[in-house]
Amino acid sequence: MAHPQHAAARRGRSLASREALQGFVFVSPWILGFLLFTAGPMLFSLYASFTNYDITSQMAWIGFKNYDTMLNHDPLFWKSLRNTLYFVVISVPLQTAAGLLLAMILNRRMPGIRLFRTVFYLPSVLSGVGVYVLWMMLLSPSAGLVNLTLSWLGIDGPAWLTDPAWTKNAIILMKLWGSGSMMLLYLASLQGVPSKLYEAAELDGAGRLRKFWHVTLPMITPVIFFEIVTGFIGGFQIFQEGYVMSYGNDPGAPMNSLLFYNLHMFLKAFKVFDMGYAMAMAWFLFLIVLLLTLINLTLSRFWVHYEGGEQ
Amino acid sequence: MNMATFSKREYAREREQERKIALMKASPAKPLRRKLSTLLLFVLMTLVGLLMLVPLWWMISTSLKSMQEIMSYPPTIVPEQVHWDNYIHAWQKGHFGRYALNTLLLAGIGVFSHVLSNTFVAYGFAKIRFKGKKLLFSIMLGTMMIPSFVTLIPQYILFSKLHWINTYLPLTVPGFFGSAFQIFLVRQFFMTIPNELIEAGKVDGANHFRIWWQLMLPLSLPVIATIAIMTFQGAWNDFTGPLIYINSESLFNLQIGLQAFKSTETTQWHYLMAGSVIVLLPVVLLFFLFQKYFIEGMNISSATKG
Repeated sequence: MAHPQHAAARRGRSLASREALQGFVFVSPWILGFLLFTAGPMLFSLYASFTNYDITSQMAWIGFKNYDTMLNHDPLFWKSLRNTLYFVVISVPLQTAAGLLLAMILNRRMPGIRLFRTVFYLPSVLSGVGVYVLWMMLLSPSAGLVNLTLSWLGIDGPAWLTDPAWTKNAIILMKLWGSGSMMLLYLASLQGVPSKLYEAAELDGAGRLRKFWHVTLPMITPVIFFEIVTGFIGGFQIFQEGYVMSYGNDPGAPMNSLLFYNLHMFLKAFKVFDMGYAMAMAWFLFLIVLLLTLINLTLSRFWVHYEGGEQ
Repeated sequence: MNMATFSKREYAREREQERKIALMKASPAKPLRRKLSTLLLFVLMTLVGLLMLVPLWWMISTSLKSMQEIMSYPPTIVPEQVHWDNYIHAWQKGHFGRYALNTLLLAGIGVFSHVLSNTFVAYGFAKIRFKGKKLLFSIMLGTMMIPSFVTLIPQYILFSKLHWINTYLPLTVPGFFGSAFQIFLVRQFFMTIPNELIEAGKVDGANHFRIWWQLMLPLSLPVIATIAIMTFQGAWNDFTGPLIYINSESLFNLQIGLQAFKSTETTQWHYLMAGSVIVLLPVVLLFFLFQKYFIEGMNISSATKG
């Protein structure tokens, strides 16, 4: 016979372990999914990036050959990387600035303010092929609404999606139209700035510009930082625009000016089935994005202000 | 006049006064200048707002014009003659009926699986104590940083080995295993529900499974609505997934269907715009019906990083 105290302790222990078991049961779908769809595939792709894998034939270890080809013998690799960088470097800051400007203006009492917010947010809800087709029409060189408007202003508009020098700008313009979601985030954070801070600044005789520079801006730096980091990560994944909005249904055309990094990778993987090479490309981009995010994080210490000190 | 309305009115008046005082505090002097600048901004915003809406107006307007009218100069802002038959042409020639059903099926399964699995997993992370929970949770947050293209190709290989290509399995099965972002979202919501409720449920003899199903889910309808909308929108707009996994035309969703339609009807703008309206309209309607939940998802996601 067990001692009653021991029995109670055992019961407590077994209760706790039964609780723990249930906890595992609840999170097990995610654990399984993580192993099957994230961790497993990542490990496999890391390995396969050192092989000549093409789905049909036996895979063979070829060392760093894919990486060597990528960096030294594939001009389209560099082209696609440059295209992507061009898009990210111009689009992300532009969208950040536009979103902030709109939020600043909409963060005040004005008749119809709710309607304004809805109107500016609406385009960002729309995405996908429908929007691409719409902008292909708006940007069509001779009959498109954009160039028509420009011609009323006496400007001779470019051939947007058919002129390789302008294709990426066309997509940046389209993305700017949909930057309302950023505006919404800034609006929320602007409304979180305590009015006491403004009152104190006013007592010190600060004008509107100084209040913005010394109160508003520091208080919303965490959101700006969030937007820049996620904007960069998202921007590097641009793919569909180059696939759908290309000239003559030839992905990346004209003259590969819309061949973004992920599009090049996609074509390598699913058009010529050079899977090993494509996976090397994926890992290379993963490293770039990781590095950029780390740089962003490090730099953030100098300009991102968190309430309540260090974080 | 009864008391209730009277006090309501008085309350409103008081609030109005408070608002005025607050406004005066914000700008102690120069009310006229402030009014003028507001007026100026109002005009400016109206102009910019119209500019934002012009593309949508142009899409609808073009979808109702004849090709002749589209080519005419100067362009007409409102169609001279409304061509509803453009929609009939697009709907039939683009096979949008079938694609719409396919898309609805995918979105329906998506919403069901995401709500089920993400609330289930989130309950484990929010309300049950077990060893290793913190570590698992931070791994899960870390996966949100992994760009999808790193796993895209190996996942394709996995599904092709399973002979799942050209079926809906690759597009639906992963949803039952939860998605990190939505689990995180629901978990944040669950954390705000007091533990006493769960203890009370346990005293009544309910196990965790029943507490999740009968207690947490009914209490969590706002966050469920948010993830349901997010998932629906994601499934509706999914292009890359079907592009990779689906070859049969009969299994296309609307996005792939519209892309194919675009390829065959190049520069037939009236038909293309009718097709675009067909694909975009449900999302616009959804947005106006559930605006709150669209914005909710945005705000929660920012609050987590801020």
